[in-house]
Amino acid sequence: MGKMPMLRGLMAKQLTIFVENRAGRLKAISENLHKNNIDIRAFTIQDRGDYGLLRLIVDKPSDAYLALADVGCACALKDVLAVSVPDQPGNFSKLTSALAASDINITDAYGFVLQPHKTGICCMEIEQSQLAKAAQIVTQAGFVVLEDEELYRL
Amino acid sequence: MMDAPFWNREIETADRSGIEQIQLQRLKETVGWALKTALYRKRLGHVGINSPTDIKSLDDLRRIPFTTKDDLRVSFPKGHLAVEMGEVLRIHSSSGTTGIPTVIYYARNDLDNWTDLLARSIVATGSTSADVFQNMMTYGLFTGGLGLHYGAERVGMTVIPIGGGNTKRQIQTMKDFQTTVLHITPSYLLHIHSKLGEDGIRREDLALHKAFIGAEPHSENTRRKLQDLLHIDAYNSYGLSELNGPGVAFECICRKDMHVWEDAFIPEIVDPKTGEVLKDGQEGEVVLTNIVRRATPMLRYRTRDLAFLHPQGCDCGRTHRRLSRILGRTDDMLIINGVNVFPSQIEEKIMKIPEVATNYQIHVDKKGALDRLTVKVEIYPKLFLGEVSKLEALKHKIIEELRSSITISPGIELHEPGSLPVYEGKAKRVVDERPKD
Repeated sequence: MGKMPMLRGLMAKQLTIFVENRAGRLKAISENLHKNNIDIRAFTIQDRGDYGLLRLIVDKPSDAYLALADVGCACALKDVLAVSVPDQPGNFSKLTSALAASDINITDAYGFVLQPHKTGICCMEIEQSQLAKAAQIVTQAGFVVLEDEELYRL
Repeated sequence: MMDAPFWNREIETADRSGIEQIQLQRLKETVGWALKTALYRKRLGHVGINSPTDIKSLDDLRRIPFTTKDDLRVSFPKGHLAVEMGEVLRIHSSSGTTGIPTVIYYARNDLDNWTDLLARSIVATGSTSADVFQNMMTYGLFTGGLGLHYGAERVGMTVIPIGGGNTKRQIQTMKDFQTTVLHITPSYLLHIHSKLGEDGIRREDLALHKAFIGAEPHSENTRRKLQDLLHIDAYNSYGLSELNGPGVAFECICRKDMHVWEDAFIPEIVDPKTGEVLKDGQEGEVVLTNIVRRATPMLRYRTRDLAFLHPQGCDCGRTHRRLSRILGRTDDMLIINGVNVFPSQIEEKIMKIPEVATNYQIHVDKKGALDRLTVKVEIYPKLFLGEVSKLEALKHKIIEELRSSITISPGIELHEPGSLPVYEGKAKRVVDERPKD
């Protein structure tokens, strides 16, 4: 079977921020991040009606966390499985099939194209207990898992 | 003088000296029972009352110190019980300002007396044994349901013990059995009206004649609106579990405020700050002494309701004085769809939940005809894990904790840290946006 490829660095971190669902909240956060020289690579919002969770991939997640916590924001850094996916038809299906075959549940995900027809990124939230296994499965299926610095430097 | 209906004409039209004789006799007995309780023994002794014979006139009532809700909390569970548990036939309880409830015990005669007062109240409205009575108040530990239930049965009405909720079923039942009399909160009655016609049942299909409305203060305008909208007569009803429950005061066919049954209760209106007893016509805090209950004697209980007593008589011929509708509270108690809620109950529960910070707000408004309670809390940043499932679980946890204390399910809104108003000095925790008509 061969040796399992090991992760060399740390799992990529996503910054999750609790936001009320009303005008001005995103402005306040983006201004804060800009002031602290934080670069946003990707973002999405999970909307829950009266509130939402703003999820961001930034270049300096720890700095961003401290900057936001400093002004009283409720935020957290979460491990995510960030996978580099070649931008050709069928690859997303291949990725999700590999995980499903081992009964790994993707609790949340978002994706974006980095370089058209070359690379896409899929960021997945997976339950902590399954995360390491998921990383191995995805690597075995031929995808590259982006570790922290690799993701931030995109 | 009109030909008004009476349950017990002799008592209800007794002259003042007749009533006062009865009151004095019963006050002495009640003091005797009270002296058997831990709650009253010492405090009566301190003012020189060690036996019923120390009560020589009704003026002696004023020597007795007031009883407060806190006193009942401290004496929970049995400090105010005057008989052996074996003699207790019923226990009712209501929520306290904090986690400790208020408990009232009834011996057999106490229940009988209470039922009789309700029968008297029901007959005073012109209701009879020919009526079909739909009791839409909560059954259980709450006194509103069972109190009227037994009173209505004693009058011989046909009683439908349906309890609260399930509006569709309520309206269907009104049609199926051609209900003539309802017992309901004013806000729920407005809600019922708004739902008529939805399932093809119109007002014309119903036989409603009267509603006994209580458990929440409401204005004369609201009563008139209910009467006009539903083509019924609405009768105001006042009571509180500490004094039995409903049946302390009730409107007669004149519907010009509620007769307090003075052979069963000694009402006083006092200045809430000084405790001075005020004259008829002056507004103050309603203080009540129950003189027909043995198991749980209650002397000069401060209701924290504000009202006045009418000095004039009533066209019905009854000589028991009328209590005005309740004009306000001396404390911060809220009434949400007939349920008493103290902000302190909410605070107590919220402070125990670590994921929620200490800044919160209680918001009350109207959704259609019904009251709506929303508790706004700030999440606590240090315990925020970034997961929706945990936040939703937190909401459910807050609802469950609050519901166990205040019995109703509030809406919960999660807010960002630092987003709710902060106050210098005393926080304004409650925002009540309901119109004060």
